[in-house]
Amino acid sequence: MYPDKAKMESLVEATELAEVRGRSLWSDARARFIRNKAAVGGLIILILILAFSLFGQVFQAWSNEAIDWKLVGRVTQIGGPSFENGHYFGADDLGRDLYARVVQGTGISIMVGVVGSLVAVIVGTLYGATAGYFGGRLDNIMMRTVDVLMSIPFMFVLILMLVIWGRSITMLFVGIGLISWLDMARIVRGQTLSIKNKEFVETAVAIGVRPFTIILRHIVPNLLGIVVVYATLLIPGLIMAESFISFLGLGVQEPMTSLGALIQGGSKQMLYGAWWQIAFPLFFFLATLFAFTFVGDGLRDALDPKDR
Amino acid sequence: MFSYIVRRLTVAVPTILILIAISFVLMWSAPGNPFMGEKAPPPEVLANLEAKYGLDQPYWKQMLDYMTNVVFHFDFGPSFKYKDRTVNDIIAQGFPVTLTYGFWSFVVAVVFGIGLGIIAAIRHNTWLDYLAVGFAIGSQSIPNYVMAPILVLIFTLWLGWLPGGGWEGGTWDHLIMPVIALSTSYFASIARITRSSMLEVLNSGFIRTARAKGLPSGRVIFGHALKPALLPVLSYLGPAFVGMITGSVIIDQYFSTGGIGQFFVNSAFNRDYSVMMGITILVGSLTIIFNLLVDILYAWIDPKIRY
Repeated sequence: MYPDKAKMESLVEATELAEVRGRSLWSDARARFIRNKAAVGGLIILILILAFSLFGQVFQAWSNEAIDWKLVGRVTQIGGPSFENGHYFGADDLGRDLYARVVQGTGISIMVGVVGSLVAVIVGTLYGATAGYFGGRLDNIMMRTVDVLMSIPFMFVLILMLVIWGRSITMLFVGIGLISWLDMARIVRGQTLSIKNKEFVETAVAIGVRPFTIILRHIVPNLLGIVVVYATLLIPGLIMAESFISFLGLGVQEPMTSLGALIQGGSKQMLYGAWWQIAFPLFFFLATLFAFTFVGDGLRDALDPKDR
Repeated sequence: MFSYIVRRLTVAVPTILILIAISFVLMWSAPGNPFMGEKAPPPEVLANLEAKYGLDQPYWKQMLDYMTNVVFHFDFGPSFKYKDRTVNDIIAQGFPVTLTYGFWSFVVAVVFGIGLGIIAAIRHNTWLDYLAVGFAIGSQSIPNYVMAPILVLIFTLWLGWLPGGGWEGGTWDHLIMPVIALSTSYFASIARITRSSMLEVLNSGFIRTARAKGLPSGRVIFGHALKPALLPVLSYLGPAFVGMITGSVIIDQYFSTGGIGQFFVNSAFNRDYSVMMGITILVGSLTIIFNLLVDILYAWIDPKIRY
């Protein structure tokens, strides 16, 4: 006797419904992140700032290098923010459009942070995972090296490097990249030590997978959560480091600019009453820092459930 | 304890040597010649100059000489730009200034930071706590190069109470703004660390026991809770020291206080490598020694550390 076709279909439907969509760790984390108001707010601000730095130049009336000769010498009196002459954020002390310069400076500052953080992710993860996975003497040598490098006051060495090999943005990237991976290597090594004793790594060893394949295939993907969190939290620190150097005039060179260089210029002109020259760069600087910090904290809460 | 100190020293001393070697290699790899100005000097003069500064020696010998001089005689050699001054002269002139306001900044950050942290923890979830936390979060993320201009704007331009820069032998009115600008973000961090660790300690069993015994709350907090609560603060002092000594470059530059930071930046613009190297090595060694002291202090105080 054949089963009733209608009943059969409803049974199929029922079993299909019973099969709830699986919840991965990542979707759990996403749900936790979305519930966190500060993190979502930070993310929205971050997207707005990124859009500003990428597409802000569409709206600029002046290029970042052009000098508005009508303002030269009288910037403090008539160079303030105004829609009529196209200087939305006012002009800097040389009569250049501050809006265009803030757009460019924000972009460069964020780029320094992101590139430095990427270097940290790539170098730090591989270094830390290698040291942690192999352990023993290799681990000892590699981590002692990190300890030694960390106890060197990197800002002074970085400035020394910038002076010796020329002050350029490439050198800044190299220099900031050189120091940014140290912390990451330590964190990753600590995590690797606990992951390498898990069953799936043992299985991989047992079936003869080569060590570096194990590191790349089985260990690094499991580190991803902590690496993403730390990389996000690293960005504001690197932006601050870049601004520090640019504030001293040793970082990004004219006609390029960064938020640190703009804050430095503004902090001098502010004393003569040109408040806009510090207010706008400072606003974007602090907003970027806060946004990255909030997003990073939110990611940590979302991806690291035990730490709440 | 003794073997722990020896073990830490065996790491710290090579680190200082490596720092010296790195700075030397950096300088050695610099393109060009330090005596090439607008006009190239005649070859004979150049040869004489190189002989005077020892630049005609092979590199390994230069490096060995430099290291011996630095380590055994504490002599950083002559400045490349100022013929009549040595790096030691420059450090002797600038370092006391940096040390003075650096010391006061450190004291302010530690004393007020711990104080505010304790108050916030004791008055947990009151307006005082919220005020302290809000203030700490706000000022923690303001770097000193933003703080300094704001201070000058308020105290020099608007109120006219304090001079906008200079040192004048370190009178209190020249000291006050550098100290505030340098210490604020560390003060805020220390306050936050103290508050959270104090809260944790106050919720632990032995504090409940102490309260149950009927001890006055002052004895509970200062006699029992303070010491374990300060351990995380102690481990933050190392990074805080590094941050402050780096920040002194900004302070010197902005307030023209004439500390080593100002000489460092000036020599960066003048490409006076020997001064930069000397200051880098001095600052690096200080950092390493300070971290060593903090570690030893930590091991001495924390009963959980086995050495």
